[in-house]
Amino acid sequence: MSTVLNEVRRGTYLDSVALMRVASAIKSMDGVDECGLMMGTPANRRIMAEAGVLAAEGETAGPGDLVIAIRALDAKVAAAAIAEAGRLLSRPKRASATGSATASPRTLRSAVSALPGANLALISVPGAFAATEAMKAFSAGLNVLLFSDNVSLDDEIALKTEARARGLLMMGPDCGTAIIGGVPLAFANAVTRGDTGIIGASGTGIQEVSSLVSNGGGGISHAIGTGGRDLSRDVGGITTLMALDLLDADPATRQIVLISKPPAPEVARTVLARVARSPKRVVVCFIGAKDLDLPRNAVAAATLEDAANVALGREGISSATPSMRPPIGKLRGLYSGGTLAAEAQLILSRAGLRIASNAPVSGSATMAEAEGRHTILDLGDDAYTIGRPHPMIEPAVRDREIVAALASPDCAVVLLDCVLGYGSHPDPAGHLARLVEARPPGGPRIVASVTGTDADPQPRALQVQRLRAAGIEVSPSNAAATRHALELLSQATPPNRR
Amino acid sequence: MPPEPSDGLPPVGATRLLADGPKVINVGLDSFATELASQDRAVVHVDWVPPAGGDPRIARLLAKLST
Amino acid sequence: MPRPTVAALIDTANAEALRRILAGDPWLIDVVAARDVLPRLGERRILHAGPPIEWARMCGPMRGAVAGIAVFEGWARDLAEAEHLAETGAFAFEPNHHHDCVGPMTGMTTPSQMLLVVENRAFGNRAYCAINEGLGKVMRFGGNDAEVLDRIRWLTAEFGPALGAALRQLGGIALKPLIARGLTMGDEMHQRNVGCSSLLLRQLAPAMARTSPGGEALARALAFIAGNDQFHLNVAMAMGKAIMDPVRGIEGSTVVTAMCRNGTDFGIHVSATGDRWFTAPVEMPQGLYFPGFSAADANPDMGDSAIVETVGLGGFAMAAAPAVIGFVGAGNASDALAITRLMREITLAENPEWAIPALDQQGVPTAIDIRLVVETGIAPTINTGIAHRKPGVGQVGAGVVKAPLGCFTAALEAVAETMGVA
Repeated sequence: MSTVLNEVRRGTYLDSVALMRVASAIKSMDGVDECGLMMGTPANRRIMAEAGVLAAEGETAGPGDLVIAIRALDAKVAAAAIAEAGRLLSRPKRASATGSATASPRTLRSAVSALPGANLALISVPGAFAATEAMKAFSAGLNVLLFSDNVSLDDEIALKTEARARGLLMMGPDCGTAIIGGVPLAFANAVTRGDTGIIGASGTGIQEVSSLVSNGGGGISHAIGTGGRDLSRDVGGITTLMALDLLDADPATRQIVLISKPPAPEVARTVLARVARSPKRVVVCFIGAKDLDLPRNAVAAATLEDAANVALGREGISSATPSMRPPIGKLRGLYSGGTLAAEAQLILSRAGLRIASNAPVSGSATMAEAEGRHTILDLGDDAYTIGRPHPMIEPAVRDREIVAALASPDCAVVLLDCVLGYGSHPDPAGHLARLVEARPPGGPRIVASVTGTDADPQPRALQVQRLRAAGIEVSPSNAAATRHALELLSQATPPNRR
Repeated sequence: MPPEPSDGLPPVGATRLLADGPKVINVGLDSFATELASQDRAVVHVDWVPPAGGDPRIARLLAKLST
Repeated sequence: MPRPTVAALIDTANAEALRRILAGDPWLIDVVAARDVLPRLGERRILHAGPPIEWARMCGPMRGAVAGIAVFEGWARDLAEAEHLAETGAFAFEPNHHHDCVGPMTGMTTPSQMLLVVENRAFGNRAYCAINEGLGKVMRFGGNDAEVLDRIRWLTAEFGPALGAALRQLGGIALKPLIARGLTMGDEMHQRNVGCSSLLLRQLAPAMARTSPGGEALARALAFIAGNDQFHLNVAMAMGKAIMDPVRGIEGSTVVTAMCRNGTDFGIHVSATGDRWFTAPVEMPQGLYFPGFSAADANPDMGDSAIVETVGLGGFAMAAAPAVIGFVGAGNASDALAITRLMREITLAENPEWAIPALDQQGVPTAIDIRLVVETGIAPTINTGIAHRKPGVGQVGAGVVKAPLGCFTAALEAVAETMGVA
């Protein structure tokens, strides 16, 4: 037998929505069969009567009176329900905790209206959707930094053609790094502003050169990423050429560093012809290229380090290949930065070492022929990052390879990079240090470079200190680390005598 | 054949990007926006979801009708 | 000159669609008998809410309303006979939208009913909607007992003609400024019409006094308007229809010209594809229930009333009406702002004449673009009443419902086809 209990609050008006919310809460209480909270209009009283919740008390209510009507298991439960309803009605509304009213815009279009003067879209959506977002950005008058990879060559050409027709800059696809007007974008370092402009096809190439220039007392005006295929025959250097126009016209830029793997020959001719028309000095660093016919205002740089040195006015002093005895053990390079891996291969090949790599440059073999060769792995290569984060974001993804190299009987030197800056892991050196500091004595030597600056979110000096504390030998650049690894290799004790 | 560098508008939008510094619409990884915001840079993050609920056929159609 | 891209053609068409929406100048001008203005509405023909549907697929409340209106029209002696006639195919069913009409919930329109007339003076077209019956057990929610039918008879015989006379005497009532004021008074014109209904009464009362014989009949008419917070809803619906009809048939335009539901299917019209329906199964409203009822009693979403959202009101103008936000989510006023901002993501523009104070006078989100709906997956939010799933019971609650995305995707494919894009 259930109990019907009513309370009438005379002259109390509450919005029906507020009342229904409370009623639904009360109805969910144990032992409550039915509940109505309504203003006492005749229509409402009839609804409550038909629901079997109206008692004599409720019948007396008028349109200006609030009726709390309960049908419950027993009188005690009913009274508790009325008390609870009273409590809910008097409770102040909580403030919106989520701040949902200021939620992020859902489309690029509405974001543009939320940020007047927006001039750049930084796009990192999955590749299949990236071209569409970039086109939308162009339609909205935005320049684009396309971080996404897996963008088709056709889409890249279409996007760059569209951007050029609109007078907009299209950086990427697969552009990991840019610095515009001192603002680091995506994976970039906090470098000093200065008079050197960089145009780079690769992210880590830009990071290494900009950091070395900054650490060497120079500065960067802008660093423009072009994407790795820009100087291919199909794309024809659209972004590189526009970037040269922009830096030529930019009053803050005194000299330009151009970084790429070797371009297609006809594109190299076009680009170098454009370089020849530049009123500024251009440092050309086509990593692995031979016999470049450079115009008079251009200076060749074989490595990233050379490029930085030339830009700093220290012409090519450090890239001399050390003389060495034939090495006994093997070198294992384990890289997170692709261009750093390429630079290392080049230096090692030129020193006469036989190299194999999953990302071979001219002179290196593929990993299928790794037997008997020193190896340089680019662990940021697509094959390693399917379904896994990039090693610059999550250094743990190269742990397995590092542990294996340290345990390998024929390995004499492990060569590593450690890339700092925005976008990167907050403490890559700490991770590396923890991984290797407990290693048994007598194993391979570990050599590393740290790409970054003291102004980075992970200050370089502290990162270097952390590595050294773990017994890792740290060089000022990747090229220097590679040379140091070479030296260690030539001095190495044969593994069987360890 | 590589296109001629000059066929297009003068790069007004691109020139302004370098002159004014970036004001960024971030579409994708929100950490990029977070880092820009932490440096007090102008950035608005787009709460992006795959178009058409990720249906590739409809997404392609949509792209043709939208851009 | 390079050929404009498909997207550019669509953008141009949509700009024209938007221009026509914003140029609309709707006036409530008269109340007339349906048979006098709808020449194709013959005997035993019943117009209903939503996209086309036959008796066999009609939900409970729609069937209840059909039976009730058939008795009202004298086509059947009682509800049982009416249902039998319906089952045996004695009635022809057609959507209101095929006849310049709209109707809330079940949306019954038949020859003897009195219809509100809204004229879009910028384009010369007219749209019609029956008079709102009030709250509680009413035909639009599937109610069909003697009380329900008596009320409709009174609306037809006494109230409708009185209201029509007053409107003619006034020379019509301009609705755009009325809505603009209502938005500042907390109305969103779908779940909440308190402000606009009151404003209407203020304008109508002197004219009704002048044109009516006076006495009890006048008192009844004024009390009816005064006692019905939703009186203005049906005016807003006819207005929405009158604004959107001139937007139909613009080649290439992806702007939605109508959204409606029949309790079984949700249907939309898109400008480029004219009167072609794109439908998907209608969703269940999420909401709050009157005592004695719960979600188990609820019928799926119904009514042509989503024409109000189509012009940027209702759920789209939620930010103007914090009082109704309790129907969704946490129920904070900031959530109301967020819903309107979200609807802005799927619309082309804001209507500067319908500004929302709480959004710093930003206009209501206007002109739903199916491309934006499909792209973002943001479904139009519609404020709605909830009917009992059984015939004859009536309203059991209120809440919000999302338009199903399927009809927008289907429409997108159809528009693409008209543009030669595959």
